[in-house]
Amino acid sequence: MSSALLVVQTLNGLQLGVLLFLIAAGLTLTFGVMDFINLAHGVQYMVGAYLAAMFVAWTGSFWTGLALTLPTALAFGLLLETTIYRRLYDRAHLDQLLATFGLIIFLNQAVKTLWGAAPLSVPIPDLLSGSVQLMDGLFYPVYRLALIAVGLATALLLHLLINRTRVGMLVRAGASDAPMVSALGVDIRRLFMIVFGFGAMLAGFAGALVAPILSVQPGMGDDLLILAFVVIVIGGVGSIRGAFLAALMVGLIDTLGRAFGPQLLRLAMAPAAANQTGRSLAPMLIYILMAGVLFFRPTGLFPVKR
Amino acid sequence: MRAASQREVGDAARVWARPEFWIFAVLALAPLAAKLGAEAYLLSLATHALIFAIAALSLDFVLGHGALVSFGHAAFLGIGAYAVAMLSRWGHEEIFVQLLAAISAAAVFALATGAISLRAGGVYYIMSTLAFGQMLYFFFVSLSAWGGDDGVTLDARSRLFGAAVLKSDVGLYYFALAVLMACWALAERIVGSRFGRVLGAIRQNPLRVRAVGFQPFGYRLTAYAISGAMCATAGVLLANQSEFVSPAFMTWQRSGELLVMVILGGVGSLWGAILGAIAFLALEEMLSSLTEQGNLILGPLLVLIALTGPTGLAGFVMRSAGGGAR
Repeated sequence: MSSALLVVQTLNGLQLGVLLFLIAAGLTLTFGVMDFINLAHGVQYMVGAYLAAMFVAWTGSFWTGLALTLPTALAFGLLLETTIYRRLYDRAHLDQLLATFGLIIFLNQAVKTLWGAAPLSVPIPDLLSGSVQLMDGLFYPVYRLALIAVGLATALLLHLLINRTRVGMLVRAGASDAPMVSALGVDIRRLFMIVFGFGAMLAGFAGALVAPILSVQPGMGDDLLILAFVVIVIGGVGSIRGAFLAALMVGLIDTLGRAFGPQLLRLAMAPAAANQTGRSLAPMLIYILMAGVLFFRPTGLFPVKR
Repeated sequence: MRAASQREVGDAARVWARPEFWIFAVLALAPLAAKLGAEAYLLSLATHALIFAIAALSLDFVLGHGALVSFGHAAFLGIGAYAVAMLSRWGHEEIFVQLLAAISAAAVFALATGAISLRAGGVYYIMSTLAFGQMLYFFFVSLSAWGGDDGVTLDARSRLFGAAVLKSDVGLYYFALAVLMACWALAERIVGSRFGRVLGAIRQNPLRVRAVGFQPFGYRLTAYAISGAMCATAGVLLANQSEFVSPAFMTWQRSGELLVMVILGGVGSLWGAILGAIAFLALEEMLSSLTEQGNLILGPLLVLIALTGPTGLAGFVMRSAGGGAR
């Protein structure tokens, strides 16, 4: 029974991990390539979820809704880039924080005004509804398995894109030394736009993917944003590989820690004390991990060479 | 951008010319003006503004003079607030005991997390202070003995030397004003001291400071600890004002609001942060009384401020006052 629980929680952890990766991937590149702190990345994830909810309700089909969400999320990201972010790239971090914080406040309120404060829900598509039996007495929803698979596939695709294509090469070069890339005759503004738009689309994609299993509500991106920051600090700013491994680590440690922390502590402590300590300690685990990584490797596990 | 330097304080004639003098004078008279309107409501707003002025001042100290963008300052508000809740339940209702405990706890938290955050610097510093703040938030959320997510209600406000001075809203207001003035004076002293000079030099050029033989790390860490301890005193007052403590005091959005106050006031002037806190809270209150969707206006306003990059209220005041205020 306990092994079944372990499998379920590991899958849940993986699911959180790939979700975090989709969000952190765009964020780590905007940090690494543009040296830009985008607090509004979390609300872009939220906007993706709302767009998916809207399009699915309009078209009545999850797949059409998803297909419409991606280009719209991309367009939304590009709109933000051209109107606001572009003017902030060479400004102090403080100005970037202020502007993107203002965007969070605005967009959280805007979705409330447009769609109401009550959470929306999106039905799971028929094709992926139901559960499969993984082992004796253990059923797991197909949709969640599909989510993990899609996340891993996206990570692979991104890996190929970054490491095997010309644009990917420029992005890697930009993360190491953006002024030098610009000096070599590359249109750096266009590169910034591509990186930013792509990151916004990935965040929107993540939002659309979780719309059927989480409630779509204002502020849903706020806490995930902080987790994505933790992922980036652990993985190293600008590193996709670091973001991927750190995202899986954070997802698994957070989920397993909450599920099994109290039980593990019971080996060393009285049950009541173990329960209390475990419950307080579990949500702090990933931050303690981050502190440890920062202490021993101040620039993350996979720092980009400069 | 910085206000007149410390040496001029002794010059009695110039006291009038300092913006701080006018700010504190207006704040001291504010309870009288509140009598003209809905007194209890206005006084509670003003007290709230004073408390956040202390927090913003502490952040401006480390941000404006140490160039450290701390995005987790609300954690210190929480530490101060929970110090009140815990000590009063254990029978220590004296506010100076609570302040002392809050300051020590905040300094320890700042030293421990700051030492790690400062190792990498830059964006890592911003992100890790944010994350450590969130860590403490989740710690208090899961602390079921203290109400967890729901928080705890205080039995009574703290006592001042055994007397129930703070029970009256006016008493609490003037106590908060006294704390604000003490914090401001302390921050000004530190900025003008040898320590403050080194800190300012590190802000301008860490490499040169290192070459002269100073280690920036210790100075920055100390500044962060002082700032955190100062912010915790605001937390003590906040708990007393609301007679309630909960993790909602220390969300990362609160940390963001503190940054907004400092930027709005003008980074680095110290007194600007006081104006910034008052202006931000007044703006928020006004917008929310006008419309339920005040954030639709507040958000774009912040974006606009960031894009146009003005020098904040402090810069505005100095420019309008012209050469006469120098």
